[in-house]
Amino acid sequence: MAAYEIEIILNRQLADCLSIPVFITDTSGNLIFYNEPAEKILGSRFEDTGEMTVETWSTIFKPLDEQGKTLPPDGLPLVKTLGDQHPHHKTFWIESLIGKMEKISVTSYPIIGRTGKFLGAVAIFWESEDV
Amino acid sequence: MKVSLKGVRGSIPTTGAETSYFGGHTSCVTVEEKGWLLVLDGGSGMQNVRLPDKSTKRVDILLTHLHLDHLQGLGFFRPLFDPSMEVHIWAPASATQSLHSRISRYLSPPLFPVLIRELPCKLTMHDIANSNFEIGPFTIDSRYVIHPGPTIGYRIRVQDTVLAYIPDHEPALGPGGIINDKKWISGFDLAYRADLLLHDGQYTEEEYKSRNGWGHSGMEDSIKLALFSEVKRLLLTHHDPSHTDTQLNEIYSGLLRNYGNRLSFDMAREGMDIELV
Repeated sequence: MAAYEIEIILNRQLADCLSIPVFITDTSGNLIFYNEPAEKILGSRFEDTGEMTVETWSTIFKPLDEQGKTLPPDGLPLVKTLGDQHPHHKTFWIESLIGKMEKISVTSYPIIGRTGKFLGAVAIFWESEDV
Repeated sequence: MKVSLKGVRGSIPTTGAETSYFGGHTSCVTVEEKGWLLVLDGGSGMQNVRLPDKSTKRVDILLTHLHLDHLQGLGFFRPLFDPSMEVHIWAPASATQSLHSRISRYLSPPLFPVLIRELPCKLTMHDIANSNFEIGPFTIDSRYVIHPGPTIGYRIRVQDTVLAYIPDHEPALGPGGIINDKKWISGFDLAYRADLLLHDGQYTEEEYKSRNGWGHSGMEDSIKLALFSEVKRLLLTHHDPSHTDTQLNEIYSGLLRNYGNRLSFDMAREGMDIELV
């Protein structure tokens, strides 16, 4: 079993220190870590779920536009980062676990190590204040 | 595989009566097999490195990183000044500068009187990263580990015998220390089931509390890593310059009481020779 590269490990350790929700994925989009603030969004604890495949965790969110129409995955920041290895940012709505609409901003960035190798991606969720 | 410890002190050489048992030279270890010589790090202990025999015409220097306590002996390493010698220097790649350029910052005036291009030996520099390569009978893996600046550890194998060398390493960096999951531990792949792990043990647990982020390990974290990695034997090295022989012996006695029944470990001592088979 190979350990993660230290750039991934250090991103997790940093996420563990933050009060904003942080999600870390591998290069395929599988969720390999989320911090405690992110647990409130997902409605589950990382200790309980462990890593989640992209198919599993991507269905938990319902990203919507201003008219309440479902946003295609290709338009979401993290999906774009996984595709082009660049940072992205977008404000949109999600339907929360209790069915409430919440406006959020998501910033994503690629984890590219010293060797220039693409190792994964990070998505940070910000509660949008311009509702 | 013969492993010889030439320098086990961290940060700065500490010569004196109070450190003479464990030794005051900074990081340097030699590994010999079938007439081939690897020199791990170029701290002040490098001045005690001798070639296996007169017929040896190649030396490979494997640097974990370029902090001065791992480099200060390099300029005084005799094979560099011997035109008949072939010297290879392997060290972690930086994202911005070549190894040659970074070592030149030390091997040039005003810090050193001789320029790299003036060295008469046949010198080759190798920028490495998460790499696998072979040198004579040695199969070597290098992996980046947690320490300020580009820093790697080495896993050196001869047939089924494995030496892991990670003298500068802070695997517990973070709010909760070492994560209890092998996939999330820096250095795990290097150390896994090694016959001997030479690992950073600069601080006591108490000292580490106020030195978080300095790039080094508390001794109990090193032991934890060794236990996770199922190593056969651990040697704690890179001793803090403030630790006297008396203190290191006292610290070791305390660790032995807590972990002696779970792990074979010791404090690294300058002059130690270990035959790994």
